[in-house]
Amino acid sequence: MLGQQVTVAIAEASPDKGLRRRWRIGEKFIEGWIFLSGLLAIVVLLGIIALLLKEGLPVFLYTPPWDFFLGTRWYPVSEPPTFGIMPFFVSTLWVTLVATAISVPVGVACAAYLAEVAPDKVRETVKPIIELLAGIPSVVMGFIGLMLLSPLVQSAFNLNTGLCGLSAGIMLSLMSLPIIVSVSEDALRAVPDEFRQASYALGATRWETIRHVCIPGALSGITAAVMLGVGRAIGETMTVLMVAGGALAVPVSPTEPMMPMTAAIASGIGNAVRGGLQYQALFAIGLILFILTLTVNVIADRVLERQRRKFAR
Amino acid sequence: MFTSLAKKWFVLPVSVLVVAVIAMAGCPGTTGGGEGLSGSFNIIGSNTVTPLSSVWAEEFMKVHSGVSIAVSGPGSGAGIAALINGTTDICQASRLIKQKEIEEAQANGVEPYEIQVATDALSVVVHPSNPVSELTIVQLSAIYINQITNWKEVGGGDEPIVVISRDTNSGTHVFFKENVVQMKGLPAEDKSLEYGSKVLFLPSTKGGVDEVAKNPNAIFYPGLGYVTGAVKPLAIKRTADTPGVLPSVETALDGSYPIARPLLFYTNGEPTGVIKAFIDYCLSTEGQAKVTEVGYVPLP
Repeated sequence: MLGQQVTVAIAEASPDKGLRRRWRIGEKFIEGWIFLSGLLAIVVLLGIIALLLKEGLPVFLYTPPWDFFLGTRWYPVSEPPTFGIMPFFVSTLWVTLVATAISVPVGVACAAYLAEVAPDKVRETVKPIIELLAGIPSVVMGFIGLMLLSPLVQSAFNLNTGLCGLSAGIMLSLMSLPIIVSVSEDALRAVPDEFRQASYALGATRWETIRHVCIPGALSGITAAVMLGVGRAIGETMTVLMVAGGALAVPVSPTEPMMPMTAAIASGIGNAVRGGLQYQALFAIGLILFILTLTVNVIADRVLERQRRKFAR
Repeated sequence: MFTSLAKKWFVLPVSVLVVAVIAMAGCPGTTGGGEGLSGSFNIIGSNTVTPLSSVWAEEFMKVHSGVSIAVSGPGSGAGIAALINGTTDICQASRLIKQKEIEEAQANGVEPYEIQVATDALSVVVHPSNPVSELTIVQLSAIYINQITNWKEVGGGDEPIVVISRDTNSGTHVFFKENVVQMKGLPAEDKSLEYGSKVLFLPSTKGGVDEVAKNPNAIFYPGLGYVTGAVKPLAIKRTADTPGVLPSVETALDGSYPIARPLLFYTNGEPTGVIKAFIDYCLSTEGQAKVTEVGYVPLP
């Protein structure tokens, strides 16, 4: 768009046809370049899906899908190997649940403060700092969880070990918090000011305005933020590998040591011979994980799109 | 206008590129010196052997400045997989290669060549405050299959046992499973036994030792080189009637410690060139002196 405007401007200002033609060629070139880049992203995505299917599906010839999903025994290096991923699946659910339960209330409250209450100066300093939190490498978060959080969790809940789903979930909540705060804050700020003015005009307090006008108005954006945060928590690997404890039992409570799907893949893939059964089984877990995060992201995308249409002017 | 715009857009990436090229060119530029040996290779595999290989690699690179060696320790299984896939020059392992893995290697055109470089006494450690000081192999097996779940069943306090293991990448995981969990060579040997589902699988040996140092109820099995003052090694009894033996260089050498094992290097075919020079150094008197320094048992 910008390119076109510039072209028009130059075309009007200068009668030089050579320059004009050069611009056209340049623009065609850039257009083609952007088209190719877009195409490349799609090709890579399709390639990943094809690879996951090709490497992952053959394991179902050895273990039927229902045994793979519902099996509770995972012994990949035994003879004969058994592949049941129920413990990993349930662990992923627990860890994600803990992370969501902490990061959503805190994140939304923080976003509401930044968007509605905080003075501009505070917002302009605090928001980049929170977004910086997203840039902390996950291995550092894992290290913090291992050294600082797990002893605390162990003594606070009187557990046998602090390496458990709860510790991992708390660390994950810190990692998805920046996404939730940032996206929710944008959503809240997109709520038109007339809504707030109308609310104040009716005699509502600031809290009532936030609770009954701003948050409901930005609900689809906040939902999208939550979904993106959840997606991050499901896919995070290093932190859960280090902190979640890695036990193979199906966990019945988040205070037990557990091994989420990502950790299972990371801890097994180095050992797997290319094309071997364990390799295929790990790719099949990857496939399930991919479907899970894709679903969450697609939902987030839909909801975000709805939010955009709602306030489009 | 077009040219100035173009300049702005291209100067940054081009300058980054130039810097990167200069940086890259700097690396191989440092070759030469030493005794004319040069080249680079990598060692991938056992987490247990890593501290030893790292010391050897550092010492070797000090003498031969033209050589660069990269050591990484994701686990023996990972190392052997890397050897089979052709992504490592030396595989360090804390267990013997399996027949199945040899076949897979040969199918890939790789001929595993085995060299023992040291011996390790696999230690079983607990928190220093734990009153238990010795266990039999049968008791250890029962603990690791979650049959015994409380310290009072083996003479300790009334506390639950937090059982810690390495993950499946680890040669120690496999060695311990065969020799302790399945009680290889004992009358009670049972090849169907597996680690219990309450066992914590940790991605590194260091992580396991750290957890035992913090947790009064934990038990773990690191290599001798990883045992620090913050944890207490247990005396191991082969059977209930034999005396308990503490892991040490001496007891591993005289064969009285029941769970000693070889530490190995695997290469694709007999090593040649710079890799041969490196392995010769590891096996030399000088190299073997480092084995004792790191805390493992030198070759006789």
